Amino acid sequence: MLKVTEKQDWMKLLLIIFALLLAVQVQNAAAMTDEDCLDCHTDPDLTVEVDGKTVQLNVDGDKYMGSVHADNSCVSCHEEADVDEAPHPYPMARVDCANCHDDIAEIFANSLHGQALEKNDPYAPKCIDCHGKHDIVSLQDKNSPTYILNVPFTCGRCHQEGSPMTLTHDIPKKNILKNFSMSIHGEGLYRKGLTVTAVCTSCHTAHNVLPHTDPNSTISRLNVVKTCMKCHANIEEAHTKIVRGELWETEPHKVPACVECHGPHQARRVLYEDSLNDLFCLKCHGNPDLKLIMANGEEKSLFVNVEDFEHSIHKEKRIACAKCHVNVDHQKNPVCRDSGKVDCSICHAQVVDLYNKSTHGMLSAKDDKNAPLCSDCHGTHGIMSKSNSESPIFARNIPELCGSCHREGEKAALRYTGTQHDIIKHYQMSIHGRGLSQSGLMVSASCTNCHTAHSMLPSSNPESSVNRNNIIEACAQCHLGIAEKFSSSIHSPSVSKTDKKLPVCNDCHTSHTISRHDTAGFRGLILDECGTCHEHETDSYFETYHGKASMLSGGEKTAKCSDCHGSHDILPAYYSESNLNRRHVVETCKKCHPGSNRKFTGYLTHATHHDRDKYPYLYYTFWGITGLLVGTFAFFGIHTLFWMPRSFRERFKKRREHSRENILKKDDDWS
Amino acid sequence: MDEPQVKYVQRFTIFPRFLHFLVIISFLTLAVSGMALKFASERWAETVASFFGSFEVLGSLHRFMAVVTFTYFALNFVLMYQNWRKSGKSMLQFMLHKDSMIPNLNDAKELLQTFKWFFGMGPQPQYGRWTYWEKFDYMAVFWGVAVIGSTGLALWFPEQFTLVIPGYWINIATIIHSDEALLASGFIFTIHFFNTHLRPEKFPMDPVIFTGTMPLDELMHERPREYAELVAAGKLDEVIVPPTPRWFFVVSHVFGFTALAIGLTLVVSIIYSMIFLYVK
Repeated sequence: MLKVTEKQDWMKLLLIIFALLLAVQVQNAAAMTDEDCLDCHTDPDLTVEVDGKTVQLNVDGDKYMGSVHADNSCVSCHEEADVDEAPHPYPMARVDCANCHDDIAEIFANSLHGQALEKNDPYAPKCIDCHGKHDIVSLQDKNSPTYILNVPFTCGRCHQEGSPMTLTHDIPKKNILKNFSMSIHGEGLYRKGLTVTAVCTSCHTAHNVLPHTDPNSTISRLNVVKTCMKCHANIEEAHTKIVRGELWETEPHKVPACVECHGPHQARRVLYEDSLNDLFCLKCHGNPDLKLIMANGEEKSLFVNVEDFEHSIHKEKRIACAKCHVNVDHQKNPVCRDSGKVDCSICHAQVVDLYNKSTHGMLSAKDDKNAPLCSDCHGTHGIMSKSNSESPIFARNIPELCGSCHREGEKAALRYTGTQHDIIKHYQMSIHGRGLSQSGLMVSASCTNCHTAHSMLPSSNPESSVNRNNIIEACAQCHLGIAEKFSSSIHSPSVSKTDKKLPVCNDCHTSHTISRHDTAGFRGLILDECGTCHEHETDSYFETYHGKASMLSGGEKTAKCSDCHGSHDILPAYYSESNLNRRHVVETCKKCHPGSNRKFTGYLTHATHHDRDKYPYLYYTFWGITGLLVGTFAFFGIHTLFWMPRSFRERFKKRREHSRENILKKDDDWS
Repeated sequence: MDEPQVKYVQRFTIFPRFLHFLVIISFLTLAVSGMALKFASERWAETVASFFGSFEVLGSLHRFMAVVTFTYFALNFVLMYQNWRKSGKSMLQFMLHKDSMIPNLNDAKELLQTFKWFFGMGPQPQYGRWTYWEKFDYMAVFWGVAVIGSTGLALWFPEQFTLVIPGYWINIATIIHSDEALLASGFIFTIHFFNTHLRPEKFPMDPVIFTGTMPLDELMHERPREYAELVAAGKLDEVIVPPTPRWFFVVSHVFGFTALAIGLTLVVSIIYSMIFLYVK
């Protein structure tokens, strides 16, 4: 039983195989093979008349056999030709690529090209216009019209300036192909043979070509950054100096899109003029009467004086209106409605970052009405470079600019609670102020040299450029030589390891009233300055000739602390480099006393006769003389004190005698 | 009293009057310029300095008047030499003579008598040509010029002096110079002024050092011994002189009052400053 069953199964299998083979044979016998097709379609004479035109129907068999579709057979595309015997019915429907490439066809249908095709635009490209027909090869193939090097030519067939398509269609960009070939991308493609550079399809896509006004377009303002960053992935790193890079990804509407600086088709590292938008803006904003009526009824002029802008640094750098006023939107009417305040950080990221950390910036963050904004110092449309002498930030104009708020009585001075007053007035009188405004010495320090332009902070803030710990560095920007000298003096923290407060530049030189060190005013101040720490030494100095004379008119000429001790290079006498060291002290005194000698330098410049232990000779001399003085005065004081009453008594007695004599005389006369 | 009745006697010849004029001019200038430096921290000192221009002007005046001082110091020896030669005595006799400027035993006696008189324990002494306080004033100038002058020279030429003396001696010289000057000016502007000018008998000033003459009446009362000696020697007529011309009398008073005013102002300033400085 079992054997019989096995035999029957095997027979069944054979039957099936046979049937299948037969079926294939039957089908083969019924279908048209590629050879069948080519039998006819390689004949050059195979033509057909269509609307009076002769159309060739021959196919280059070799090219077809080399195409990507070679394995698909003719009839897989030309379905109607799949008949048992030639000839096939005629005419046949167009080959529909969507049969196989349905996903791409769908995208294409929505594209600019697809829509044009839908509208029967005679210039609308079909698949074959770009890809070819029977000879379609892989886009890796150098012969493919879609091979990267050939893309500009393929697109250029229609988009070349002067082509029938460009003559009949309004394409906003002109000379596209020419510009592209001269752009950094075109150069990369043609001259460097770089197959990774961008061609038309890299930005516009191959099948989903859309106008830039379409928000879905890869070249729309919203998407173009993403498009560029397909290749320029880390471009924000390269732009941090100009643009706060991360904004491109987080808030792209806030920043200029790539193409706003690097014109599309003309992209190079240099920026191209894009003044078209400016003219558009000025259509309205060039009108001096243009006003905005605000919610509270106030009027705000929206007029932009083009003259101002013409001389501005932004004009020079070819910055278009829309590059600052970024929130323009074609959906709005007018396009700039509610575009809001200009954010300078879009381009000046680092500077604004510094500003935000400054007192000015922190006030601004609190919406303080006194807070100065970028425009308060730099202006708006007429912004000029700091090297332009007309600019409010030109060094010579800075005191006036800062003074507009910091002058006594102005808003910044009114809220200031520190000890510095009449800052601007004092500055103008100082060596820096006079150097700058009177002598026109442009290296003289103005406000911003010490306080910085954007990071100004109160001196109490450790981050401040004028903080005790930073001021030497600030002064050293110009006075490097002195700072170097100072760094090896006893006052430098690198020499004196102490917890005591060491002096810094402005302790002696003041901050805003800095004067030449040889002026009477400054020389008079030295004693006060040194005296704040060296009180005892200053007191004893004032007991000597130098000190006493220095308190009188013309006293600035006598030796002050720094004349003997040195100023920036000051060191205690036990340092061999010290002015007061045994090796140098004779020379030091010689500056004023040409006859100075070794013994002469033994003069005690800080002597006091009040210190018996330190200066016994002086002490005893003083008390000796004082004893003499007291003794003399005591004796003659007593002498006078007793003499006086006696003298008066004698005089009264004499007067009485005199008058009695007179009376007696008179009596005699009467008698 | 009618004018012709007042008789005048010659007390000072022109030479000592001229010397005292030099003393006044130089001493006042030295005191004002020196005290301005000593009390430099006082406002009046700065007023003085700015009046003269600067402390350097004060310094120059001080040094110039130092030269004047050394000059009258030297001239005084000339005067003494002349007086000695006139007297026809030996040097020792001249020095020990009762009319000599050098203090002697009689002066001590008179000093004691004076104190007794102060307390009403006796009559006023019969003073002679020179009272003991006048001799003290005179001798004090010798001491003062010697001490203040020598230390002043050291301060004037410290670079040369320190070729010999140690540097710190300059500090000592400063103390001596300054405090001795304080003594000198303090003494002149109080004691000398009182003894000579301001005491009731003389008030407000005695112009004899300028005019050289004094009323005979005054000689009789103030210097009875000298008067008696003159009378005894029959020399009174020799010293009787015509009264000083009116204009010179006025000039003397103007000059004298000016000097008194300057001196008193300065001493008030000094006393005020010392109290103020010590209180401070």
